[in-house]
Amino acid sequence: MAAVRKLPFWAENILLPSLNLLAAFVVSGLVIWGLGEDPFLALSLLVEGAFGYEEAIGYTFYYATNFIFTGLAVSIAFHAGHFNIGGEGQAMIGGLGLTLAVFLMGDASPFLSILIGIIGAAVFGAAWAYIPAYLQAKRGSHIVITTIMFNFIASALLAYMLVGPLQRPGGQMPESADFPDGVALTHIHELLSYIGISFEEGPMNVSLLIAFACAWGFWFLLWRTRFGYELRVAGQSADAAAFAGISVPRMTILAMMVSGALAGMMGLNELLGEQLRLLGNFTLGYGFVGIAVAFMGRNHPVGIVLAAVLFGALYQGGAELAFEMPSITRDLIVMIQGLVILFAGAMEHMFRTPLNRLFERFASQEAV
Amino acid sequence: MSDLLAIETRELSKRFGEVRANDAINLQVKAGTVHGIVGENGAGKSTLLKMLFGFYQPDNGDILIDGDFVHLANPSGAMDHGVGMVHQHFMLVEPFTVLENIMLGAEGGRNLEEGKARARAALTDLEEKFGFDLPLDEPVENLPVGVRQRAEILKALYKGAKTLILDEPTAVLTPQECDQLFELVKLLRAQGNTVLFVTHKLHEIMAITDDVTVIRAGKLIATRKTSETSAADLAELMVGAKVSRQVSREDKTNRQSRLELKNVSAFNGQGHAALKGVSLQVKDGEVLGIAGVAGNGQTELLEVITGLRRISDGSIEFSGLTIADKSTVTDPITLRQKGMAHVAEDRLKTGVVESMSAKENIMLGYQTEDEFVSIGVLKLKNIEARAGACFETQDVRPRNIDLPIGSFSGGNQQKIVIARELAQSPQLMVIGQPTRGVDIGAVTKIHDQITELRNDGKALLVVSADLDELLAISDRIAVMCEGEITGVMRVEDADEKTLGLMMAGQKIDTSKGLAGNAPSEPSTAPTGGSL
Repeated sequence: MAAVRKLPFWAENILLPSLNLLAAFVVSGLVIWGLGEDPFLALSLLVEGAFGYEEAIGYTFYYATNFIFTGLAVSIAFHAGHFNIGGEGQAMIGGLGLTLAVFLMGDASPFLSILIGIIGAAVFGAAWAYIPAYLQAKRGSHIVITTIMFNFIASALLAYMLVGPLQRPGGQMPESADFPDGVALTHIHELLSYIGISFEEGPMNVSLLIAFACAWGFWFLLWRTRFGYELRVAGQSADAAAFAGISVPRMTILAMMVSGALAGMMGLNELLGEQLRLLGNFTLGYGFVGIAVAFMGRNHPVGIVLAAVLFGALYQGGAELAFEMPSITRDLIVMIQGLVILFAGAMEHMFRTPLNRLFERFASQEAV
Repeated sequence: MSDLLAIETRELSKRFGEVRANDAINLQVKAGTVHGIVGENGAGKSTLLKMLFGFYQPDNGDILIDGDFVHLANPSGAMDHGVGMVHQHFMLVEPFTVLENIMLGAEGGRNLEEGKARARAALTDLEEKFGFDLPLDEPVENLPVGVRQRAEILKALYKGAKTLILDEPTAVLTPQECDQLFELVKLLRAQGNTVLFVTHKLHEIMAITDDVTVIRAGKLIATRKTSETSAADLAELMVGAKVSRQVSREDKTNRQSRLELKNVSAFNGQGHAALKGVSLQVKDGEVLGIAGVAGNGQTELLEVITGLRRISDGSIEFSGLTIADKSTVTDPITLRQKGMAHVAEDRLKTGVVESMSAKENIMLGYQTEDEFVSIGVLKLKNIEARAGACFETQDVRPRNIDLPIGSFSGGNQQKIVIARELAQSPQLMVIGQPTRGVDIGAVTKIHDQITELRNDGKALLVVSADLDELLAISDRIAVMCEGEITGVMRVEDADEKTLGLMMAGQKIDTSKGLAGNAPSEPSTAPTGGSL
C-alpha cells in the first residue's frame, strides 16, 4: 500500500553520502585496529594531515583540482546517459596536447603559451573522446568498452612520444623537456601575497580557480542552456528525445567531447601547475577516481567539488598518515581510498533501502 | 467430460493504487477445451494470468483449480497444481541447451548427468505423445523463435502441467509457425489438456478456441461459445461500442484540407510492413478518429505523420507542403514550427521525460522557440510563466511546477502535455490515446478541449483504442486493420456492427455503411474449432 516514497532532499544528498563515508571509515578503522594501531589516532592524523596546517590544505586542494576536472568529465557523460571510463586516457592525451601546444608556441609570451596550452589540452582531450563517441553514436560500439580500450592506446601513445619525438634531448627518462621559462600557472600563495595575505608555499595553483569556473560552467551549461536541456533529455529518454526533435547521436558525441575536454584539462594542474614538463604517468589514476567523485557528488557540480575535496584530503592526509604511522603503509592508504570508492560508489545504495523504510515508518507513525 | 472446470475464478479482483486491474472476474474454463481470452492492451488480461500463475495474489476472490480452492503463493505453487505458463517473452537461458532449459529447476540431485539422463528418457515419452521433435542438445540461442516456444511448452508439460496458459503466443511467430502452434494446441486438447489462449488477434480466436472470454477495463464482459460468435461481435465487445454522442457542434463549409496522406507505406522497427498504402485526409474544423484493434499500424501512422518514422512509399502533405515522401522526412521541430502539435500515444515513454520537472517538460519539443531560449540560454522566467499558466488553465494538481512530472497522476500529466501543445496554437493536432490512464474527470475536460479546437477550425487526428471515445469526439472514423484503412465513415452513419467488421479486416466501400460484402481480407477467419 505504501507508495514508493523518495527520500527528502537532505537525506538523499547529505545523510546517505555521510553514511556511506562513515561505513568506509568504520571498516578502515577495523583494519587499522587489527594492525595494532589506534584507529582514532589514525583518523586524527589523517584529518590533521589533510587540513591541519596551511601546507596540508594546499596539497589537499592541489589534488582536489584533478578530481574536480575528472569528476565533472565523468558526470557530464553520465547526464547524457553514457559511462565514460576513459577519463584517464583523455587526461593523458589532453596533457600531450597541452605540451605540444606549449612547445609549438616556443618563445612566444608565456601568457599566450599558457592560453594555447589550455586550449590544446581541451581540444586533444575532446578529440580523444570523440572517437569512442562516434563509434557509439554511429556504429553502436559500447562506449564503456571502447573508452577502456582507448585508455590503453593513450598510455601507449604517450609512452611512445616520451621515449621518442618528445623525449628530453639527451634524457633517459620518459619525460619531455621543460616548458619554456615562465610558462607556468601562478601559484595560489603567490596570488594571495599580491593582496597581502601570506600563505604557505605549495603546489596549489590557478587551475583550482579554473576548475571552480568549470564547475560553475558545468552547472550553467546543463541547467541553464538549451544544449544542456537537450543533453539531459537525450540521456533520460531516447524516445522523448526523438519526440522533441533532439538527435541522440549528436548529443552523445557533443557530451563526450565536453567530457574529454574536461578530463584533458586535468593536465593544467599537474603539468602547467607543478611539473612544468610532460611525464609518462602523470595521470596516476585520477581519471578513474573521477568516477567515484562523480557518483559521490550526485552528478551535481557542488557535490562533485565537495567529493573532490574529500578525495584530495584522502590523498594528502593518507600520505601524512603513512609517514607518521610506520605500520600503516602506502598500500593501506590505497585500501582506505578503495573502501571509500566501494561504499560511496559501488555500494552507494546499500543504506538506501533501510533508510527508506525508516522514513516510511516515521511517516506512517506521524500519520497515525 | 464437458462440465468439469479446469480453472474457475470467483469474484477475482486486483487493484494497483487507484486502478482496478481486475474487477470481480468470474472466469470458467472447461477442462479439455481451448479457451480464448481477448482484450485490448491494458484491459487486464496480464493481471488475470499473473494471478492464475501465482505471480500476483488477488486482493479479493478465489481461484479454483479442478474444482478445489487453491492459494497460489508463487509460480511453483501453480505448477504444483498442474498449471503451466508460456510467457510472451520466453523464460529460457539462451546459451543452455533445450534439455538443460527444460530440466531447469528440476535437476534431480547433485549429479547433473544422471538428472539429464532421466530427463531425456522422460522427454522422449512426452515428445512421442505430442509429436514434438526438438533438438534437445542444441543451445536455445541457435533456434528459431517457433522452436523455442515449443521448448517452453515441452518444459511446462515436463513439469506436469495439465493446463497451459499461452500468453500472446503468436506475437512473435511467422504464419507458418502459427500454423504449427495451432496444430500442437489441437493435439494438446485431444490428449485431454486444457489450454488458455490469450491474444488480441481475433482471427486466431476464431480459428483455434472452443470458448472465448472478452475482458475490457478490468471486467469480464462476456464469455461466448466460439461457434456462436464472430470476429466482428468480439471486436465490438472488446472496444465497447455503444454510441453515446452528446457533443453538439456546427458544421463548417469550405473547409480546407490540412493533412493528406497519399498511399503511404512504412515499415515498423522489426522491418515488417506496418502501413500498406494508407490514404487519409483531415480537413480544418474536423476530428478524424482512427479506430482499430491495437497493433494494426496506428502507432506507425502517428509516427510517420509526426516525423518520427520514414515512409517507404507515398507522400504526406501538411498545409499544402509535402512533409514526407520516399526520400525525405521532416524533423519534428520543423513540423511544430509549421503548426503541427503531437500528443504522444505512450505518454511516459515518449511524451514526457518522467524524471524531469513539470516546467522542464513544458518546453519539450519547443526548446528551440524564442519564447524559451535566446542565444542558447534558457529564459527561466518565461518557462516558469508558461508552466504556471498551463497549470492554471488546466487546473493541474498539485500546483507545483517543480515536481517531477512522473509524480503527477496520469490525468494531470496528460493535462500538462495537452496544455503544452495547445500553447503553440497549432493548426493540426495529432493525438494518440488522448485519455489513456486518465481519470474520469479529466476525460471529460480533454474531450471538451478537443471539440473546442475543432469548433475553432483546427484539424485533429485522434488515434484511440476506445471506440466510445472516438464516437463521442470524431466527425469521421477511419478503421485500421493490418496496416490498411478498411473503411472511413461519418460518425452519424457509424454503427457497431460495421465498425466491428472493419476492425476484423473486412473492407467497407466508404461512408455508406455495408456496401458489398465481399471480404477482401482472408482474416475474417473460419469458424470455431472442429470438435
